[in-house]
Amino acid sequence: MGFFTRFLIPNPSPVIYTSMVAIGITILLIVFGLTHFKKWFYLWSGWLTTVDHKRIGIMYLIAALLMLFRGGVDAVMMRAQLAIPDNKLLDSQHYNEIFSTHGVVMILFMAMPYIMALMNFVVPLQIGARDVAFPRLNAISFWLFFMGAMLFNISFVIGGSPDAGWSSYFPLAGNEFSPHVGTNYYMIAIQIAGIGTLMTGINFMTTILKMRAPGMKLMRMPMFTWASLVTSVIIIFAFPVLTVALIMGTMDRLFATKFFAMTDGGMDMLWANLFWVWGHPEVYILILPAFGLFSEIIPTFSRRNLYGYRSMVASMVFISIYSFFVWTHHFFTMGQAAYVNSIFSITTMVIAIPTGIKIFNWLFTMWRGRIRFTVPMLYSIGFIPLFTIGGVTGVMLAMSAADYQYHNTMFLVAHFHNVIIPGVVFAVLGAATYYWPKMFGFMLNERLGKWAFWFLTIGFCLAFFPMYITGLDGQARRIYTYSESTGFGPWNMVTFIGTVLMAISFFLIVYTVYYSIRHAPKDVGDDPWDARSLEWATHNPVPEYNFAIIPQVSSREAFWDAKYKGHELFKGDYEKIHMPNNSGGPFIMSCIFFVFGFALVFSIWFLAIMGLIGIFVCMALRSFEIDHGRYISVEEIKETEAKYGGVNK
Amino acid sequence: MKELFPAKQVWGFVFSLILTLAALTVYFFNMSKAMGMTIFILTAFIQAAVQLVVFMHARETDDSKSIFMTLYCAIFLAIITVVGTILCMIWGWTY
Ligand code: HEM
Ligand SMILES: [Cu+2]
Repeated sequence: MGFFTRFLIPNPSPVIYTSMVAIGITILLIVFGLTHFKKWFYLWSGWLTTVDHKRIGIMYLIAALLMLFRGGVDAVMMRAQLAIPDNKLLDSQHYNEIFSTHGVVMILFMAMPYIMALMNFVVPLQIGARDVAFPRLNAISFWLFFMGAMLFNISFVIGGSPDAGWSSYFPLAGNEFSPHVGTNYYMIAIQIAGIGTLMTGINFMTTILKMRAPGMKLMRMPMFTWASLVTSVIIIFAFPVLTVALIMGTMDRLFATKFFAMTDGGMDMLWANLFWVWGHPEVYILILPAFGLFSEIIPTFSRRNLYGYRSMVASMVFISIYSFFVWTHHFFTMGQAAYVNSIFSITTMVIAIPTGIKIFNWLFTMWRGRIRFTVPMLYSIGFIPLFTIGGVTGVMLAMSAADYQYHNTMFLVAHFHNVIIPGVVFAVLGAATYYWPKMFGFMLNERLGKWAFWFLTIGFCLAFFPMYITGLDGQARRIYTYSESTGFGPWNMVTFIGTVLMAISFFLIVYTVYYSIRHAPKDVGDDPWDARSLEWATHNPVPEYNFAIIPQVSSREAFWDAKYKGHELFKGDYEKIHMPNNSGGPFIMSCIFFVFGFALVFSIWFLAIMGLIGIFVCMALRSFEIDHGRYISVEEIKETEAKYGGVNK
Repeated sequence: MKELFPAKQVWGFVFSLILTLAALTVYFFNMSKAMGMTIFILTAFIQAAVQLVVFMHARETDDSKSIFMTLYCAIFLAIITVVGTILCMIWGWTY
């Protein structure tokens, strides 16, 4: 019995027991459904073993939506607790667990995979390639992310969730102050997902540098591809720091090392330092692809080419290097001298310049354009003013002296939600709508989509603008209650109402998908938006080989020029196409990673060693595997293309 | 026979072992902190260079220029990170 007590939750509550039952029932229903409809084989051969970048992209998308739900539930609970003064809905321990998991889930398991979903789906199409450079590595990336996310998510029903914040500062996150296994979950689950992300970075950098269609020079790449390239570079430089910091944290918690201890030569501040050395570049890993997506959407719906292509590229490259120079702005109040803070204040303010340049470029793109107010365009137009407010408050926070007032208040919380929601979330929602016909062959309902947009935007403003006010008045973040005399009550109620509107918007989005699956016409043609870049030159939905003939690029907006200036994209005849084989390896290895991680969280050493051996066996088997891929014959291509009505010439 | 023998790699291997031993002396012999750190830093950088050039074949392909570009970029960022960290946590620390 003693062995099993470790799996109990330290602070149970009826809500958690209910969710345990709900999770159990859902799993049973899924298993039952798959068996009843005889879908096990389809699931295995079509999805679990796939190495196709498009399917991997779609799986990222589904995972991201699930995590958006999970993180959203956390958010609603937090804001319900704070809606009125001295509320007793949650106790402090639960509140701590909820804000910690909310942050991790939203940044690492919602925003990141959402970005990965779009990168996976769009980048190979945009550069005219048939897949990424290392398709199987790509599958490993996805499954590692997925298993990391699942490991993190079971924490609240098995063993207890992390409760030291999404930044998990030591010494609070050390064994002394966080004795239960929650923070082990944090260290290990993020580690597993992070390895996957690092491999994605390597994969996409190689893909973009090596696999572009003939004629696509670097300066002819679409802006989203540029953004993905720059993002991959930041990932490759930033994620190793996180990996090392997490290993050190894990060692401190499991093997009693003293890296971040306050005694024996350890240094607790070093964690905060390493965390933000990764953490600040990480926020740019999120926002640059979002910028790239807006740069695809805005020209399409303004019917003009992107203004200032070169300055767009230059500012991104500048940001990619410069984002490594500013991390100290996250701990101005921690005890370094004023001159150190001044240095980082200045570097931080400078980074607002390239961001500003991009804002002007989008405005100039729309200037005198013929704007169509579709859902993706609404998200882009909403993004510009709202994100600018977030950027301006960022510059306010960057003044280190003033930051002593703002730091760790609701003002800071308002700032980063103000950049992440209109920046990242608007981008991925808009882009998912934009690329939906590419992925599934039908459009999402525009009317419902606009409702969702307005609910989200109004909800966002109501939810976060009051926080600027209460934050300046001194309402601290991560505190589960406040007294009535503070006067924060009414503002927090407004915030709660905004949160509810945003939750409604989430359900509207889900309903839009459901409604469109049932009612949208299945035949939208290959270019429903009158778009400009190469991904729209192939069919909707995209055949497994992407392009029957590899396109020849001779300008920046290859597809637009093919449509309106008579450039010829597809020259020559069909040839047989080489494709990679599916493989169960990535999925199986990631499952073993899950077991390994779980064993480490609970210090079950025997299982952990078995898991580690299993992982190495998988890698060894892969090294000796001979797999030359397969070919799609010319007849097969002809058949498929005939179904779509021939290659778009 | 001479073409088949990977002389460069064997020498590289021996050299990297020597560098490791040199770093170990810091632990076994009593020396000043400055001396120890100098030995650490020197052996670490030479070691990294040996690994890159001899075992990771950084100079053997046509794209070696871009490999070195990324490498210099990485070194630059690493230096910024390390110096910045020391600046915050040691030189500028006021508590
Ligand atoms: C104009 C550019 C920006 C500037 C000058 C800026 C500045 C800052 C500063 C100084 C802080 C630390 C404040 C404190 O802890 O007291 C901060 C926090 C933060 N920023 Fe920004 N920021 C900018 C853009 C962004 C963007 C684009 C994102 C994300 C997409 C972002 C995400 C965050 C997050 C997540 C935090 C806080 C994390 C935490 O403490 O939990 N920022 N920002
Ligand atoms: Cu930052």
